[in-house]
Amino acid sequence: MNSDKITKGVLQSVSFIILLLAGGMFYSLVEGSIPAFREFGPGFIVSGEWNPRSGEEEYGALPFIAGTLITSVLALIISLPLSFSASLFLGEYYRGTRMAKILGSMVDLLAGIPSIVYGLWGFYVLRPFLIELGVPNQGFGVFTAGIILAIMIIPFATSLSTEIISMVPVELKEAAYSLGATRSEVAFNVIVPSARSGIIAGYILAFGRALGETMAVTMLIGNANIIPNGLFSTGNTMASLIANQFGEAGGLKLSALIAIGLLLFVITGIINAMGKFIIKKMD
Amino acid sequence: MDNIKTIKDPVLSIKNLFVSYDKGKYAVNDVSADIKRNSVTAIMGPSGCGKSTLLRAVNRMHELYETIETKGSIDLNGKDIFKMPAIQLRRMTGMVFQRPNPFPTMSIYDNVIAGYKLNGIHLKRSKRDEIVERSLRDVTLWDEVKDGLYKKGTFLSGGQQQRLCIARALAFGPEVILLDEPTSALDPVATSKIEDLMVSLKENYTILMVTHNMSQAARISDYSMFMYLGELVEYGKTKDMFTRPKDRRTEEYLTGKFG
Amino acid sequence: MMSNSDNKSIQSQVSRRKRKDQFYHGLMIGLSVITILPVILIIFKLVVEGIGQISLEFLVQTPPDSFEAMSATAAGERIPGGIANGITGTLLMVSVASAMAIPVGILTGIYLYENPKKFLAGLTRNVSDILQGVPSIVLGLIAYLWVVKHITNGFSALAGSVSLAIMMLPMIVRSTEETLKMIPVSIKEAALALGVPYYKVLLRVLIPTGFSGLLTGILLGISRILGETAPLLLTALGSSRINLDITEPVSAIPLLIWEFYNDPNMVDLIWSSSLLLMALVLFLNVTSKQIAKRKK
Repeated sequence: MNSDKITKGVLQSVSFIILLLAGGMFYSLVEGSIPAFREFGPGFIVSGEWNPRSGEEEYGALPFIAGTLITSVLALIISLPLSFSASLFLGEYYRGTRMAKILGSMVDLLAGIPSIVYGLWGFYVLRPFLIELGVPNQGFGVFTAGIILAIMIIPFATSLSTEIISMVPVELKEAAYSLGATRSEVAFNVIVPSARSGIIAGYILAFGRALGETMAVTMLIGNANIIPNGLFSTGNTMASLIANQFGEAGGLKLSALIAIGLLLFVITGIINAMGKFIIKKMD
Repeated sequence: MDNIKTIKDPVLSIKNLFVSYDKGKYAVNDVSADIKRNSVTAIMGPSGCGKSTLLRAVNRMHELYETIETKGSIDLNGKDIFKMPAIQLRRMTGMVFQRPNPFPTMSIYDNVIAGYKLNGIHLKRSKRDEIVERSLRDVTLWDEVKDGLYKKGTFLSGGQQQRLCIARALAFGPEVILLDEPTSALDPVATSKIEDLMVSLKENYTILMVTHNMSQAARISDYSMFMYLGELVEYGKTKDMFTRPKDRRTEEYLTGKFG
Repeated sequence: MMSNSDNKSIQSQVSRRKRKDQFYHGLMIGLSVITILPVILIIFKLVVEGIGQISLEFLVQTPPDSFEAMSATAAGERIPGGIANGITGTLLMVSVASAMAIPVGILTGIYLYENPKKFLAGLTRNVSDILQGVPSIVLGLIAYLWVVKHITNGFSALAGSVSLAIMMLPMIVRSTEETLKMIPVSIKEAALALGVPYYKVLLRVLIPTGFSGLLTGILLGISRILGETAPLLLTALGSSRINLDITEPVSAIPLLIWEFYNDPNMVDLIWSSSLLLMALVLFLNVTSKQIAKRKK
């Protein structure tokens, strides 16, 4: 028997596991959410009710979709100037220097800090600070969650943008310098435009991260099942709701939580596919 | 064409060989040639003429591309190579690549003996030592490395690495040694050492090499093939081909008109 | 010829542009420093608040009950006990998850490397990338639906391991493929040209050659799942004693942090536990970077 054929067969069948996993995940989430969708129909997605009291049970996903999007967009806005500066620092201004190495490994370290540690720090350090500044609701809410999320996604946005920025051809930059452009003019008029799609892809992937972050958000958002009505309003994200309510869930409520998990799965899947698509088009 | 495509008792006998990567496009187009024992035969031609594909067909390395299609036959000592397992064929042929490629995790010693080691062929210690020494002596590397046989092969210079790779190909005692532009990544000094080596090796081995360095072919080969667009345009004694090329395309190539 | 006034206006324009350039430069440095401020603040906080609790006892004992902790705090003493159940639980689940994810991940990575253009490989690569972006809490739901409900019929270490394994798998796949792509093709060809069967080329040439790259990927993968909390809430649940039975609920360091956080009497233990967790993550990060560096 041809051992090469066996080897190839083994490789092919093992790698099939990933496809099975992904398919199985989607199937199980759909199957688990059927009771909720059967009960509430597609209105589940746009309903703002979340009432677990037995007899009058009613579940809708809207407050959590809204909470997720608001916190994530907020995080993106806050992290944008920070990670953009960091990637210019790392990929252009101080590329290859000792300073860049230190800053770079610090940024990498941000990605290594567990979500729950971010939550603790947000709860015990950031929140009291925000209360001092006059943030209502004991410092809980989408704003606080957004800040922590912003810090958490910085490394994801930074690493890809840094890579792309550092790949901008030297000739292009030199051409601009030879015309008398200053460094910042080169950065904004040459580097950023030619690294644009990579930078955008980085932020899309970082946004995808923010959508699914659970523990830190759970500890800071205030866990109110309402549509946030302002920057400092409390709320819940899809992920934080699942973490919060899962322990006591069964029956219809469990199905509603799984349905929300399915929505989260689909939304993050689409966002990530978009980011990867842009990256692929760049090559 | 008055080519020496058939000779007596050839090591290799290539008959009507076609190789295509894409359907209908032939990288090797109807090539027939016999390769003489204990000689150096050079395959020349411009980039993309199919010379590497032809060389790789001899130990069926070209089959690593999945879409490959091969027609025709190659006999090695009278046996059709396409009818024997590729693994067995490759153990009977040694191959040397463009860039030196010693196995980076292995010592010099283990690199030489890699063909036995990786194939799980167990030898007595003394036998192994003997093969390593003989192979390294054959490539004139023994004196340079005998005190550091257990150092990584990647610590050697480029030229030494390439000679190590030739030693690795010799260790199995192959019928044919296939070299794919073996000096293109080397400096002139290392190149001339390898060239001397090839001339001395033909005493015991048959050498088939691809080169696009015409003067190299002129210096060391006994026979030359000129390939163009997948076809074997001309094949003959090197001396004859360089002094009196029969085909206009060969002449144009040799005089630098294209390539 | 330039008039004197032209010259002046050019000069003032140049100096304005220079000032602007300096402003942007300063702004960029300032914002970059703000970016890394949280790391410093967080680690500082963990060390200051947590170091006092760290001792041998902390590593080998299980946590006190709420009452013991309360009386210790009231008396102004160190809280007795430790997080041994969390440490063993984390080790158990990370090991089981690794045992599942590493072989599958490496074989899949090899498959992708071998078939760069095949449709099925492309699909697998994309699905793996998408899988990497699935929120960990969703992986918790999945492991709950598959393992808790159908295999162990209750919360279990196995369920936790499955969620962590799914999380780790795409990282291993990607790092394997990337590592193998960096090995020159001619190394593989040299082995094949010696008549070595393909599986031996993989096991004895490609994997050893790319070993440090593979190890780096594995260590980074482990460091990522080490601190995961959300999926474990839905699967491993937690346990107050040391448990090594994968069909039973089990604790983990991050799970304990969550429990301590929710129990006012135990809250002093959160910092030391977080410090230990952070130290482990940091250790793996530094080690993997060191290995990656030595390879170059």
